[in-house]
Amino acid sequence: MNFEVKMLKTDILIIGGGTAGCFAAITIAEKASNANVLIVEKANIKRSGCLAAGVNALNAYITEGETPETYLQYVKEDYENIVREDLVYTIALRLNEVTKKIEDMGLVILKDSNGKYLARGKRNIKINGENIKPILAKAVESKRNIKVLNHVNIIDYIVKDNKVIGTYGFSINSNVFYIITAKAVICATGGAAGLYRPNNPGFSRHKMWYPPFNVGSGYAMGIRAGCEMTSYEVRFIALRCKDTLAPTGTIAQEVGAEFVNSKGECYERKYGRPTTYNRVFSTIEEIKAGRGPCYLKTVGISKEDEQRLIKAYLHMAPSQTLKWIDSGKGPSVENVEIEGSEPYIVGGHSASGYWVDTKRQTTLKGLFAAGDVVGGCPHKYVTGCFAEAEIAANSALEYIKDKEFETLDISSIEQKLNEVQRFFNNTSPLYTTEELEEAMQKVMDVYAGGISTGYAYNLKGLQVAKERIEELLSLAQNLRAENTYQLMQIYELIDRLYVCKVLLHHLEARKETRWRAFQEFVDYPYKDDENFLKYVNSRFEDGKVKIIFRSLVKKDEVYEHKD
Amino acid sequence: MSIRIDRQRCVGCGKCAEICPGNLIIIDENKKAFIRDPRDCWGCAACVKECRFQAIKYFLGADIGGRRTIMYVKKENDLLYWFFEKPSGEKEVIIQNPNDNTTY
Ligand SMILES: Cc1cc2nc3c(=O)[nH]c(=O)nc-3n(C[C@H](O)[C@H](O)[C@H](O)COP(=O)(O)OP(=O)(O)OC[C@H]3O[C@@H](n4cnc5c(N)ncnc54)[C@H](O)[C@@H]3O)c2cc1C
Ligand code: SF4
Ligand code: SF4
Repeated sequence: MNFEVKMLKTDILIIGGGTAGCFAAITIAEKASNANVLIVEKANIKRSGCLAAGVNALNAYITEGETPETYLQYVKEDYENIVREDLVYTIALRLNEVTKKIEDMGLVILKDSNGKYLARGKRNIKINGENIKPILAKAVESKRNIKVLNHVNIIDYIVKDNKVIGTYGFSINSNVFYIITAKAVICATGGAAGLYRPNNPGFSRHKMWYPPFNVGSGYAMGIRAGCEMTSYEVRFIALRCKDTLAPTGTIAQEVGAEFVNSKGECYERKYGRPTTYNRVFSTIEEIKAGRGPCYLKTVGISKEDEQRLIKAYLHMAPSQTLKWIDSGKGPSVENVEIEGSEPYIVGGHSASGYWVDTKRQTTLKGLFAAGDVVGGCPHKYVTGCFAEAEIAANSALEYIKDKEFETLDISSIEQKLNEVQRFFNNTSPLYTTEELEEAMQKVMDVYAGGISTGYAYNLKGLQVAKERIEELLSLAQNLRAENTYQLMQIYELIDRLYVCKVLLHHLEARKETRWRAFQEFVDYPYKDDENFLKYVNSRFEDGKVKIIFRSLVKKDEVYEHKD
Repeated sequence: MSIRIDRQRCVGCGKCAEICPGNLIIIDENKKAFIRDPRDCWGCAACVKECRFQAIKYFLGADIGGRRTIMYVKKENDLLYWFFEKPSGEKEVIIQNPNDNTTY
């Protein structure tokens, strides 16, 4: 198969038309009607990424009695102080404004009889969010200066003199190769799922919590281009409803359900403060001690509450509703079994991702980032992604003010085309993409703290995993694609392997245990504030991952990249 | 968790293929929708809602506790009708009104 090459030009290119990508585009279009925006999305912006099924709450909102300061305090406490305060705070300042904006676009927010938003806990508000993504897509469509390219998979940045000037990508449905130049690029490709062996490796192998189609391409492109990355060792493990991996927060907050073991004992506070990571850790500990399975105690809730839950899940995780109806046992008669997911790398929930300045520019000029792909700023959720997208969009607009388009270097384009084309020409490889992916997931599971080891890892295991991931990366070069969909699968595997590689180095560098389960280094079982109250960052240089330790950035600092 | 496409009902409009966040559905040579590998379905139900002909049925894999109930969706006047059909023939429907700001 030979590619037809298409060259495109745009002022601002947005990679990933998900939550953050769409919001960034809308922000630019509203602020500067003369700036051309192009969103390139691997699926279709109407239903792609995290919001494909919908959501039933906006998890980040400053409710009455709370302030941006208390929001920051909560994030700091939940993540053991290693967060970028400047990033969290600048997001917190915008949360309520972006909420109003999405409501004006058509999102229905639940109200009480006085017309006030219905809160669920301290920081969440309830929504009818099944159609949140189509609402965003419609708003994008209404802007004249935004163009959308659906079903195009972006694979790498075009870098010139330490500046990102565009990207390469290919269509998933036809043999078109895209070379796109831009004055600024915003990466909004979300986090990475599918690195570790999942809970359901059989028929339902893609039944994960995080979208299996977000494979960490944005991270991998950044890694290959030499961008600084942060906090990959702060993995995110979701505590979810067993089998369906549907979020548990809905049940815990809607009906105040407690976490109980098989003996009916509530264990939530047994292992210290019930932080996000500690809830996963304590559940695993209970199971290890032989007191599993663990549950959310719902037996006895009223029939009205049960109906509310059944409906709430239809907005976001319809498989959970199906499960209740299929089994004939709703939550009022059977407790909901819970389990920890496989680990993900997702900056919107924990802290892994691009190292950015306060304006959300990465360490490469002209490359901005927003959403789950940005590190240092946990608990972003939907509205946090909107807020961050707004900041990145404003910064990109400011950046392009005095910029002209750069000229492309033909030899590097040819080199890239040959690199991609090669996968169609490779002959009879011994392994398939699927087999190498399973091998990667097994290595990560066994040697890098997956489900099978209760998320714990040790130095020896990490070393084995590092070696094996290198081997898999080299084996992946021989894979063969028959069509562009299979080519996308090869790139997804390669991108995941790059994320694993960086992750393994980060796990090794933080020689302490700070976030049990999320980061559980058996050789160093205690928290070590003296040496590790800092960020673990890294940069990929000459084929090697170089670790950099950085000091904490405080709330009122405006952080700029200096070295 | 996966979907099954009813090829009798499918008219090959391609809407499901357009919408799937994982590009998992294609229209085959017989102008019918076809899922590349049911094991790769995330279970987001985007295709199920998009199909105006109720040709896509959604079910839980046996490995995640499925007992053969199927679910499909009909969209009418802004309302979502979620149909559930059990192997016993028993049926259930849940109606969702996305514009109601007092209930989910
Ligand atoms: C199941 C689930 C339920 C959730 N529930 C809630 C909730 O109730 N409330 C809440 O506030 N938050 C919730 N969250 C969190 C929230 O949805 C996410 O943090 C947020 O949507 C992430 O936005 P994003 O833009 O970073 O990623 P996404 O919205 O996932 O967007 C990333 C986009 O990039 C595209 N992409 C990826 N790679 C490429 C590539 N190589 N080329 C081109 N395009 C690419 C993807 O297709 C996708 O569209 C939930 C998340 C999940 C997964
Ligand atoms: S949307 Fe329905 S009718 Fe159209 S192609 Fe898909 S399954 Fe067939
Ligand atoms: S349920 Fe979602 S992931 Fe599965 S085929 Fe349909 S659209 Fe694709």
